[in-house]
Amino acid sequence: MIALQQATPAPDPLSVPANAPEHCPGTESELAGKADACAGCANQEICASGQARGPDPALPLVRERMSSVKRKILVLSGKGGVGKSTFTAQLGWAFAADEQVQTGIMDVDICGPSIPTILGIASEQVHASSSGWSPVYVQDNLGVMSVGFMLPSSKDAIMWRGPKKNGLISQFLKDVDWGDLDYLIVDTPPGTSDEHLSIVQYLKESGIDGAVVITTPQEVALQDVRREIDFCRKVGIRVLGLVENMSGFVCPNCKNESQIFKPSTGGGRRLAEDMNIEFLGAVPLDPRIGKSADYGVSFLDEYPDSPASIAYLDIIDKIKKQLGDA
Amino acid sequence: MSAAEDTPVARRLRSVKQIIIVCSGKGGVGKSSVSTQLALSLRASSPTARVGILDVDLTGPSIPRMLGLDGHPVHQSSDGWVPVYADGSEARLACMSVGFLLKKKEDSVVWRGPKKNAMIRQFLSDVRWGELDYLVIDTPPGTSDEHLSLVEHMAPVHDRLSAVIVTTPQAVALLDAMKCLSFTRATSIPVLGLIENMSGYVCPCCGEVSNVFSTGGGAEMARSEGLTFLGSLPVDTELVTLLDAAEAERPGEAAALPEGGSRRSFDLLERYEKTPTAPLFKSIVDRILERLSSGPHGQTQLNQAA
Repeated sequence: MIALQQATPAPDPLSVPANAPEHCPGTESELAGKADACAGCANQEICASGQARGPDPALPLVRERMSSVKRKILVLSGKGGVGKSTFTAQLGWAFAADEQVQTGIMDVDICGPSIPTILGIASEQVHASSSGWSPVYVQDNLGVMSVGFMLPSSKDAIMWRGPKKNGLISQFLKDVDWGDLDYLIVDTPPGTSDEHLSIVQYLKESGIDGAVVITTPQEVALQDVRREIDFCRKVGIRVLGLVENMSGFVCPNCKNESQIFKPSTGGGRRLAEDMNIEFLGAVPLDPRIGKSADYGVSFLDEYPDSPASIAYLDIIDKIKKQLGDA
Repeated sequence: MSAAEDTPVARRLRSVKQIIIVCSGKGGVGKSSVSTQLALSLRASSPTARVGILDVDLTGPSIPRMLGLDGHPVHQSSDGWVPVYADGSEARLACMSVGFLLKKKEDSVVWRGPKKNAMIRQFLSDVRWGELDYLVIDTPPGTSDEHLSLVEHMAPVHDRLSAVIVTTPQAVALLDAMKCLSFTRATSIPVLGLIENMSGYVCPCCGEVSNVFSTGGGAEMARSEGLTFLGSLPVDTELVTLLDAAEAERPGEAAALPEGGSRRSFDLLERYEKTPTAPLFKSIVDRILERLSSGPHGQTQLNQAA
């Protein structure tokens, strides 16, 4: 009855197709096409015949497109609103600060794309050419792709179930003309669901260099982040490290620091220790960060001397070091 | 959908008078904390009010933590799953979340849409809520599988559905709140109103109010979209700390309590009522109750006879 603690052997989450029925054992499973849940599934025969254990037809195309991308980094968190998109944008800007470095940002948060606004390119559109969709360029060496560029109005809600999201993500990976990239940074939605599985599945062959996990200090956020790290381990993604965002607030009036989101269980630092991952650093809460994001300007460029900028740059250095690029 | 009137979900929710969906589009704006406060305040709104809270954030359930119920098991009875009662034997605040079903709380729930859909259907049809005056449903961010499944499965009880939208004041969040509003319009769910959360932070040291995530955006959006503005809530560190409940880590003790109830979490209401946010939230709930009694469904639905 309780679907959760699986009665059948644990399926490999990566092998469950996006349009699978409930309790699909996964196409790679021994039970593929033979489990009770398979009855009535349109793909039952294909699964039972063993053919489905072959790869998704989009995979070779993704591999080809991604062969010109050196580093692929995911920004993850589990919890929403902790600053994934803001961090992704800062990371993009920081990489692209070196004119020789080609950077791409891919926003796979399909229901809540924030990247276009944060990068100040919300009104742009995607153009298609013979070589694919061209990304929107913030500057010569910083290209961006987001579903936000494809909506007639920013008010429009994308009410998609998993399979359609999966389809768009595969298009983002195979149809976007990224060109040669040194870094591709992928901003993800909160949670551990379709978008995450899709991106991992499609990039498995090309290889993901690692994930940066973002959290805020309070336990409610850490709980979700623990689950995200567990997800990374399950699917075999290397965690480059953990960033604690909104860590402490300096009152502009009295200059005293207080904790808005109290690290009641030791915050990100303790979590990183417990889970044996690198703690990349803590970024203090600065109202100007949110404001910069709303106006679509780079916080690092606007306030280079602020403690938050220094923390950001230090974290970015550590990420490069983890990647072996520093 | 010929038998739409008599699905298991419809049968189960027949004894629920009002269903309030808390949604936002954006993550981390305080949906779960608003849902928790809403449930607590609705429970306190009358000495006999019975409230349920259903957490359909399947990959990031926060409600158990916030109600201090981390680590409670869910029991199965002949009549379905028994919800976990946050107020022990009084049993007026029932809670169900995927968090109760995990073996270890750090286990990730890595599910695609169809499994999420199945879980939500089970939550709606198999939980033994009993008679409820209000069922508060906390949702994950976005407008995707969970939301579509909720609306789909609750189609037979659509006339008792309404939504509360939560946002924070900054533009990036308002953008997603707009999407959420478009969703409620597309699915014709009446919106009770908008809450602006994290609107300003009072420095505990000097009392200076800082607009950490700017301010006023929610009220502005409510005005331009013709929504009821239910109120704004400042960042309240006391509330954050209370709902983060550092001392809740006593699974052994919690499990030993009878009927899934816990003495500690009943204190939660008393302690909640002492936070600076509680009186502010009370006026929000008053507005919500007013909207509910005057029939938010006027524009979309025929009246529902009791």
